[in-house]
Amino acid sequence: MNIFDYVRPASVDEAVTAGAQPGAAFLAGGTNLMDLMKIGVAQPGTVVDITRLPGLDGIDTLPDGGWRIGALVRNSDLARDPDFAAACPAVAEALLSGASAQLRNAATVGGNLMQRTRCSYFQDPISACNRREPGSGCSALGGVTESHAVLGWTDQCIATHPSDFCVPLVALGARVEIAGPDGSREIALEDFLALPDDEGPGGAQLGAGELITALILPEGSSAFAANARYVKLRERTSYAFALVSAAAMLRIEGDTIAEARIALGGVAARPWRVAAAEAALAGKAADAGAFAEAADLLVAGATASGDNAHKIELARRIAVRALTLAAVGTPARMPALPASVFANGADAHA
Amino acid sequence: MPDTLNPTAGHVKLGSNSGQPMSRRDGIAKVTGAATYAADNRPDGLLYAVYAGAGIARGRVTSLNVGAAKAHPGVVEVMTPENRPPLALDPDEKHHFFAWRIEALQNDTVRYAGQPIAVVIAETLEAATEGARLLAPTYDEEPARIGFDGGEAYDPPTVGIGGNPTFEKGDAEAAEARSAKVVETKIATPMQYHNAMEPHAIVAQWDGDKLTIDTPNQAIVMARGGFAAYFGIPPENVTLRSPFLGGGFGSKAILVGPQLLCILAAKLTGRPVKLTLRRDQMYGPVQHRGATRQTVTLGTDGDNRLTMIKHHSVATTSSFDEFIEGAANASQNTYATPVLKSSHGAVRQDTGTPGPMRAPGEATGSAALEVAMDRMAEKAGMDPLEFRLLNYAETDPASGKEYSSKNLRECYAEGAKRFGWAGRPLAPGMMKDEHGRLKGWGMGTAMFPAPMFQAQARAVLKADGTAVLETAGADMGQGAWTALAQIAADGVGLPADKVEFLSGTSDQPDGGVAGGSGHTATAGSALFAAGSDAVAKLAEIAMKDPDSPVFGADNAGVEAREGRLVRLDDESRSDSYADILARAGLSEIEGNGTGARNPADAEARAMFSHGAVFAEVLIDPDLYQIRVSRLVGAFAAGRIINPKLAASQLNGGMIWGVGFALHEEGIHDPRTGRPVNGDLAGYHVPVNADVPCVETLLIDEEDHFVNALGVKGVGEMGISGTVGAIANAVWHATGKRVTSFPIHISALL
Ligand SMILES: Cc1cc2nc3c(=O)[nH]c(=O)nc-3n(C[C@H](O)[C@H](O)[C@H](O)COP(=O)(O)OP(=O)(O)OC[C@H]3O[C@@H](n4cnc5c(N)ncnc54)[C@H](O)[C@@H]3O)c2cc1C
Ligand code: SF4
Repeated sequence: MNIFDYVRPASVDEAVTAGAQPGAAFLAGGTNLMDLMKIGVAQPGTVVDITRLPGLDGIDTLPDGGWRIGALVRNSDLARDPDFAAACPAVAEALLSGASAQLRNAATVGGNLMQRTRCSYFQDPISACNRREPGSGCSALGGVTESHAVLGWTDQCIATHPSDFCVPLVALGARVEIAGPDGSREIALEDFLALPDDEGPGGAQLGAGELITALILPEGSSAFAANARYVKLRERTSYAFALVSAAAMLRIEGDTIAEARIALGGVAARPWRVAAAEAALAGKAADAGAFAEAADLLVAGATASGDNAHKIELARRIAVRALTLAAVGTPARMPALPASVFANGADAHA
Repeated sequence: MPDTLNPTAGHVKLGSNSGQPMSRRDGIAKVTGAATYAADNRPDGLLYAVYAGAGIARGRVTSLNVGAAKAHPGVVEVMTPENRPPLALDPDEKHHFFAWRIEALQNDTVRYAGQPIAVVIAETLEAATEGARLLAPTYDEEPARIGFDGGEAYDPPTVGIGGNPTFEKGDAEAAEARSAKVVETKIATPMQYHNAMEPHAIVAQWDGDKLTIDTPNQAIVMARGGFAAYFGIPPENVTLRSPFLGGGFGSKAILVGPQLLCILAAKLTGRPVKLTLRRDQMYGPVQHRGATRQTVTLGTDGDNRLTMIKHHSVATTSSFDEFIEGAANASQNTYATPVLKSSHGAVRQDTGTPGPMRAPGEATGSAALEVAMDRMAEKAGMDPLEFRLLNYAETDPASGKEYSSKNLRECYAEGAKRFGWAGRPLAPGMMKDEHGRLKGWGMGTAMFPAPMFQAQARAVLKADGTAVLETAGADMGQGAWTALAQIAADGVGLPADKVEFLSGTSDQPDGGVAGGSGHTATAGSALFAAGSDAVAKLAEIAMKDPDSPVFGADNAGVEAREGRLVRLDDESRSDSYADILARAGLSEIEGNGTGARNPADAEARAMFSHGAVFAEVLIDPDLYQIRVSRLVGAFAAGRIINPKLAASQLNGGMIWGVGFALHEEGIHDPRTGRPVNGDLAGYHVPVNADVPCVETLLIDEEDHFVNALGVKGVGEMGISGTVGAIANAVWHATGKRVTSFPIHISALL
């Protein structure tokens, strides 16, 4: 690990100033940053510890019915907040399906959004990687690509965004509140996590010194509380990143879907949301035919970025599963194995 | 319990300590952190060493920025091939059947990714780590040869440790032609890494030409000799302390390069040095299990009896040394067959050299054999258990010898009963759980040799009625500190709390290797014999002492019980150890013992532990995620010294089987040869949620030949039946046959 300075600013302004210095990095829970520092992928000259900044640990409802969640709220605290979990159960389920209890206790909301890809070539400083070093190339192309993208990738980068939390957030249209040297701004999470294009690898849209202060869930986020699920496919029952995952939320009126939200995880550099897929569900009965159609629209245009074509079919199927489970209804209690296909009561295919 | 047949122990019998489910003697020390592992040692003046690993898999190091590393604050020295102190032996030579060719900075050649190419020694771990990074090596790189297709095939002269690559009984080709049914099964298994919780670590201190090392080791006294030879000093000059190991699984039995580098670094700097591998460094110089590609051909006659087993396995090894996973050998001793052929091929690739990894050969080979047996049962239209019973080996198929004991039939029966195997539908895809998940049941036979090595022990009976017994054994979490202490206490006829049991340092009598599932049998026999020897000497004194209540008992004999010698012809007459020693004016009496198998018994009998494993899997019908919902294993392994520890070993073995079947896979990039998933976030082993229900049944088994104690081994067997059982359950759920491990979702889609 390189030698670095450590500062602990007392206010957001101070943090922004410190973070704007070249080579500075914000330290929140440290569950990602410290690992990357140990393997030499991150080498900050200054570590700006933001964990004691005041006012960033609230979970508040907004006058319009939305939510404002401070960037320093721990993943487990948010998932276990009874009001929040009741209003946004798929978000809570996604959080609890991630990492391990110990990591969730340390990890923060802001850090979860900002966590780097798990692409193993990104994590290996010897490999060429456009995300680590723009213009150096992408070693994952032609390499081992089980965890890589099947949607929205270019030759610049085929990595996926690993977060579970972000998948239902994107489906809900969450926004990121950012403080920076030029004041504050807000940006949709979906735009914040930029896809690669022909010029660059994409990634979080955060300038020097910019600090995530909160996550905003818009008005109407709790409208899906009765029919919201997150499902995560993986080869180990717990403590593994998603091979593919899906968050599905339905507002059901009578026999028909009034409004639907669906996003896929593990398939692209950001959670994958397709307006046409959601539109196709609106006004339909919540049945297998409608779900299959929506799932097809979701994965439309998917292509393998390597030896991972099977993920396209899995993504389609997990979308159907998430919609099916959402239609069955949010479980009265958080399943013992959150988001698992082995979660209790996951009898969607009975 | 039967009397022991130990010939040197005519006056004693195995007492009341063995057989008890005693809790670990070291348990509290371990959970409170009081038990110190190698890396917990911090002698005064300690320096930290971190080695730089090669970023290429083949070629030469052309430059190292030693200046940059040395300029980093805290860095004391950089050791490269240019300034590394000399060794007395060439690390490129094989000096011992149990020694590997290793990398100790002998030159600038790179033979695999992660190979140590320089060592940075610093005042802090952080400085050494950064110094190693600053070396920024450059290379003259040659293309990496990785995998079966990228590597170079050859015929290996040996398999495992010095084993024969081929075995043939009868004419397999002719038998195949005569068989009514023939099924050929191909199975691939990946590279696997030991990944003990405790990484390899060493603290080395020189005092003149005396060397003290703290390092986890599974064969303490042998390792002492190995280290001494490399440094050209007598073995007595080396003290090796290894009281506890945080898991070894075979990777801590053989001397590895990083250990030498630490000792060399201590020599170079004249200060104590600690070197602890990072997790990512565990995927290179400290061995792994080679990948295999196996073909098992089974033939049966019209009555569904096996006519032949032909098992061929090709395994990967390194470009410069040889350890060939003896997978095909697993077919030699499991099912009755008149004709047998096992053979091995090998492929050289640019990785570190493989080594023995828990159940080497048996784990991989039985995975293939059990799938093959299941397919043949399917072809015969028979229940898999019925088919195995029909082909039950009454004598060892390879040698034709009688078994020293074999209670596998009872394992099958008890395991099946506990699992609820009866009524299992023959056809696949017939069962579902209440949530509509596919359910499947599979089984496999567990089998593992019951070897013994050589060990010595010492017992000292003291005037206060207590005893000290010692042997340089190894507790790697399996519970040797407890099970061996139980046997030791029985050896001296005392309750366990009156016995101080010492183990884990090289100045004790050689405890042999904690490997091959033979440690309890070997070191235990030595301890028991040492205890018996001390008691026999005591009895000798007492029976000749007219003042003793047991005077003149020679013909009838005495028995050691709870610190007293009791006359067998008159139990009211007994004498305490303390009194005997006091009257004789002795402060203590010493006994010595050896643990080794009686060569005549070894020659006459086939000796194996056995078991039957039953697995239930649940599989999502659309997404194909697999969960092993139940595992029941019934095992017969001779006398069980401690049922709690034995069950824990066997449960652990079965859980390892879950990892083998579903998770573990060491992946190297085929282009660069570098590990792709070289940490525990990427290299998966089961977590609690993967093993909701695992149960071990211990089946009684008396064995009068393995050793006087009747002890076999339980350390490795649990893996062997489990992998196949899970694969067979997956077939039973889905109708899809497994062709490679781990079983990926993509393979079932
Ligand atoms: C073994 C392992 C398994 C995991 N499994 C999963 C999983 O299954 N699913 C999943 O979703 N995640 C998983 N994670 C990732 C985990 O969720 C993230 O590491 C965690 O959320 C990061 O949060 P943190 O607060 O610790 O961030 P840190 O490590 O402190 O920071 C991460 C990055 O975010 C930046 N940052 C942090 N806070 C802010 C802020 N307020 N403003 C701007 N930048 C900021 C930091 O500078 C840094 O670049 C796993 C992690 C590990 C180590
Ligand atoms: S996929 Fe992206 S993160 Fe991975 S090596 Fe390529 S550019 Fe880097």
